[in-house]
Amino acid sequence: MGHTLIEKIIGNKVGKEVKPGDIVTVDVDWCMIDDIMIPFAVQKFEEMGFTKVWDPDKVVLIYDHFLPATQTDDSRHFRAGDEFAEKYGLKNVHRTDGICHQLMTEAGYVKPGDIAFGTDSHTVTYGCVGAFSTGIGYTEMAGILGTGKLWIKVPESIKVVVDGKLPENVTSKDVILRVIGDLTASGATYQSIEFCGSTIDDMSVAARMTMSNMAVEAGAKCGVFAPDEKTAEYCGIEYTDKEKSLRADEDAVYTRVLTYKAEELVPVMACPSLVDNIKPVSEVKGTKVDQVFLGSCTNGRLEDLQKAASILKGKKVAPYVKMIVTPASRKIYREALADGTLEILSDAGAIITTPGCGLCCGRGGGILSDGEAVVATNNRNFLGRMGTSKVQIYLASPATAAATAIAGEITEA
Amino acid sequence: MGKIFRFDKDVDTDQIIASQYLLFPTIDEMKVHTFESLNSEFASTVKPGDFVVADENFGCGSSREQAPSVLKALGVKAVIAKSFARIFYRNSINIGMPVIVSKELYDAVADGDEMELDLEKGLITTSNGNTYSCTKLPAQMQAILDQGGLIASLNKED
Repeated sequence: MGHTLIEKIIGNKVGKEVKPGDIVTVDVDWCMIDDIMIPFAVQKFEEMGFTKVWDPDKVVLIYDHFLPATQTDDSRHFRAGDEFAEKYGLKNVHRTDGICHQLMTEAGYVKPGDIAFGTDSHTVTYGCVGAFSTGIGYTEMAGILGTGKLWIKVPESIKVVVDGKLPENVTSKDVILRVIGDLTASGATYQSIEFCGSTIDDMSVAARMTMSNMAVEAGAKCGVFAPDEKTAEYCGIEYTDKEKSLRADEDAVYTRVLTYKAEELVPVMACPSLVDNIKPVSEVKGTKVDQVFLGSCTNGRLEDLQKAASILKGKKVAPYVKMIVTPASRKIYREALADGTLEILSDAGAIITTPGCGLCCGRGGGILSDGEAVVATNNRNFLGRMGTSKVQIYLASPATAAATAIAGEITEA
Repeated sequence: MGKIFRFDKDVDTDQIIASQYLLFPTIDEMKVHTFESLNSEFASTVKPGDFVVADENFGCGSSREQAPSVLKALGVKAVIAKSFARIFYRNSINIGMPVIVSKELYDAVADGDEMELDLEKGLITTSNGNTYSCTKLPAQMQAILDQGGLIASLNKED
């Protein structure tokens, strides 16, 4: 019997064939702790009685949710991180560089075939380079800090095949939203989603990141892409036999296969207040919005900003709409500054903010109040996430977000 | 007997404990805001030994361990749902709070009903005398739960 991609990745690491349901203990390549969870992970680490971190070079601390601080207590989390790093010799500390899930691949940590755990559910993002990565709680993270190991259950897999050429202004965000709508918010629970097909092959790594990032919104343990030459170039490595071996066998077994023709896909949105409440943008057209948010680890990358700029160029954001643009990292911010993207967005009337999680987790500027509506490019529209529980959050692609900002109401690009 | 607090499907971790409370230094300071957006009286009325019963996909969303932690701190004896999101499930076991899968219970009870749980037998008994069997945990997880959570479990290995 053949193996799925996730079975190959885990099997390679543990040095034996694995099948779904097997429980294996893995050596962890990377662990990432974000600012929200640092004080809790440190406290648990000390309660466990550890006196040293198993491998300080494999631990990455990233300040992103609370940056820049908006509450007087936020800096307590930064201090806890700084003290922990100092005490245990951690060198990989990103204090102002951007969102954790962008940095873990962008800054050169996670590579194809690696196993990574993070204290945030969107740790699934690194599946974009053919790694196994998923979110855990801070107590388990404390266990890894001390031991370098974690037990995992090898997941079953769902295969999502997308073939053909996507229509203009239908992006990888529309593809993953459609998949989540079809699977439902719990349809992939405990499972790996494996993405393949000619449409996927044609996508940039950035576009794939949008999809792996949102796999968890269908409950998935991970969302993985077989690494190709584009992956190797993004990761700054050679495309060798090792990377080539990380792909599913022809006779791999899946619990479910979903097949899509790219030409038939349309721009869609996740409507309030469930990620699987997916509707074509044309059905929601005309809904007035108060704000548009372009950013997050889902869609805050250079090509997302460029896409929005191509639509906003020479136009203006509607007078009563606040459009907030938050690049996912400093590198992206600087690239968008250098190539004129930020200038176009600013000319159109957008507010450009410092890189970080920003409004996505309801912490940065842009909190909304009762009765307001926002079109946002991030990954969750949970009740109360961006302000009060009476805010309507619509999740969409950067193209739909930009067109909506101009019209002041939900519009297809 | 403990009282049942019943919740619908896809209850996410933001609804269990909203992100603005995560900066409080302790779980005890957070716990008074548990389920604030869904049932603002939950935290003040739940008593030690009560139960949370839910439809599918309980605890979806973020990885925050504060979500099962506030429930445990309020004395919730167990969460019984048709299914759980994986991180919430794993976190609950790691902090020593039982999470039980029962496909039948949610549809059979109303908010405010009472029930008892026998973890060893895997048996739920409701106040009207009906019984429901529940799914056992994988051995790996049961061992962690039996020892009172991951911290106790790791300390024991030493």
